[in-house]
Amino acid sequence: MVTATTPLKAEARNLNFIYNGGNRAVKNLSMPLYENKITALIGPSGCGKSTFLRCFNRMHDLYPGNKYEGQIVMHPDNTNILDPAVDPIEVRMRISMVFQKPNPFPKSIYENVAYGLRVRDIKNKRLIDEKVEEALKGAAIWNEVKDRLQDLAFNLSGGQQQRLCIARALATDPEIMLFDEPTSALDPIATANIEELMSELSNKLTILVVTHNMQQAARVSDYTAYMYLGELIEYGDTDSIFTHPTRKETEDYITGKFG
Amino acid sequence: MQNEHIFKQYDAELENVRAKVLEMGSLVEQQIVDALEALVSSDSALANAVIKKDHRVNALEVQVDEDCSHIIARRQPAAGDLRMILMMVKTITDLERIGDEATKIARFAKKICETDRMWSPRFAEIKAMANLTRDMLRMALDAFARSDATKVLDIAHMDEQVDEQFHLTMRQLITFMLEDPRTISMSLEVMFVAKAIERIGDHAKNISEYVVYMVKGKDVRHISMEEMEQEALRP
Repeated sequence: MVTATTPLKAEARNLNFIYNGGNRAVKNLSMPLYENKITALIGPSGCGKSTFLRCFNRMHDLYPGNKYEGQIVMHPDNTNILDPAVDPIEVRMRISMVFQKPNPFPKSIYENVAYGLRVRDIKNKRLIDEKVEEALKGAAIWNEVKDRLQDLAFNLSGGQQQRLCIARALATDPEIMLFDEPTSALDPIATANIEELMSELSNKLTILVVTHNMQQAARVSDYTAYMYLGELIEYGDTDSIFTHPTRKETEDYITGKFG
Repeated sequence: MQNEHIFKQYDAELENVRAKVLEMGSLVEQQIVDALEALVSSDSALANAVIKKDHRVNALEVQVDEDCSHIIARRQPAAGDLRMILMMVKTITDLERIGDEATKIARFAKKICETDRMWSPRFAEIKAMANLTRDMLRMALDAFARSDATKVLDIAHMDEQVDEQFHLTMRQLITFMLEDPRTISMSLEVMFVAKAIERIGDHAKNISEYVVYMVKGKDVRHISMEEMEQEALRP
């Protein structure tokens, strides 16, 4: 539940996102992200939830012609991370991302996690060792890989690869972690492991997760936002959204009566 | 609840349980009517029929319970669907208890038929009370069938009337007992019948409160009449 003392970690303020070509995928969206809480974005395919998520680490900058309007403000420093003057690399250190399909680099397990540190120009081997171990432990995969850190990451199972990607994202000590359908390519047990991990991680950082799996949103999140056609239809604490949503559109979607 | 699910089979399953709950409701309502009729007209055959029919009420309770747990396991209902399932699971417990109360009344009816009557109690008040609770039950089931959250208010008022009538009946019976100790055993029987009827009213009121939860997602149990009014009438 939102209490007066739950601090804000970030908030979208009147955010619009227009793809190159003019498609407005996010429309005037304002929404809070509470600190050390998990917020889930749900909605049918094409509703703009992934687009919205990707605004948070300036992923859209990678393609020319895309346009942001409005702000995403990070607290407590009040930085508008969409400001062109803010370095997207810096944003991605603070806000890291885990994708739908595990996408480890074609490198060793160790190097996958060390990568972000090397980008940061950290050269101290002992420091990197420590950080890699910490990140792998944080992603609950240390015990499975500690004896084969030099193995190729591709040799891991899908669920392990996904946890490795989480470790990689953790290595730079992000404040917010974005998950874009993190378990859609995993079996139920690996999914449960990732969900457990997300809930553990939320003790230390703020999580925004896009999921097609409504039960997953219900299981892991503290807050849920329902999006449709680029608009935020309803935002609320997850218990309320899944027991008595106030908007009919939300009700229809989560009960499987969409349309 | 107006729209259909994409998965049509889910609609069929929900509709099927809903129909069973309503069937159980009308069965229970008939049980009250018959039990009362047996009592008032000293019809021990009818009383026996009521007692015999109680297993059908119980069987429906078990069926609905099972159906609901299957739906929860297989469909993971959410929002309005979830509230309807929860509401039905609770409702059938109250309906089953109403069934038990009706059986109780039928047993007393039998007993009263079979005993040598020193004194014949008047059943007019009892009957009026029973009619009132039957109406409450009918309204509650109707509110469920129509997803109407406003009926809870009328039902709550009727419940107050039932309670009042129960106290009046009790005082009346106490007077009889004071006047003539030979009426004590019969008066006690009648008092148990009155108590059973009063309980039926409580169960009917519970059901109407579950309807509010189903329709609005608001829990209106154990709150004042004023608060209930606000919640039930809020759009």
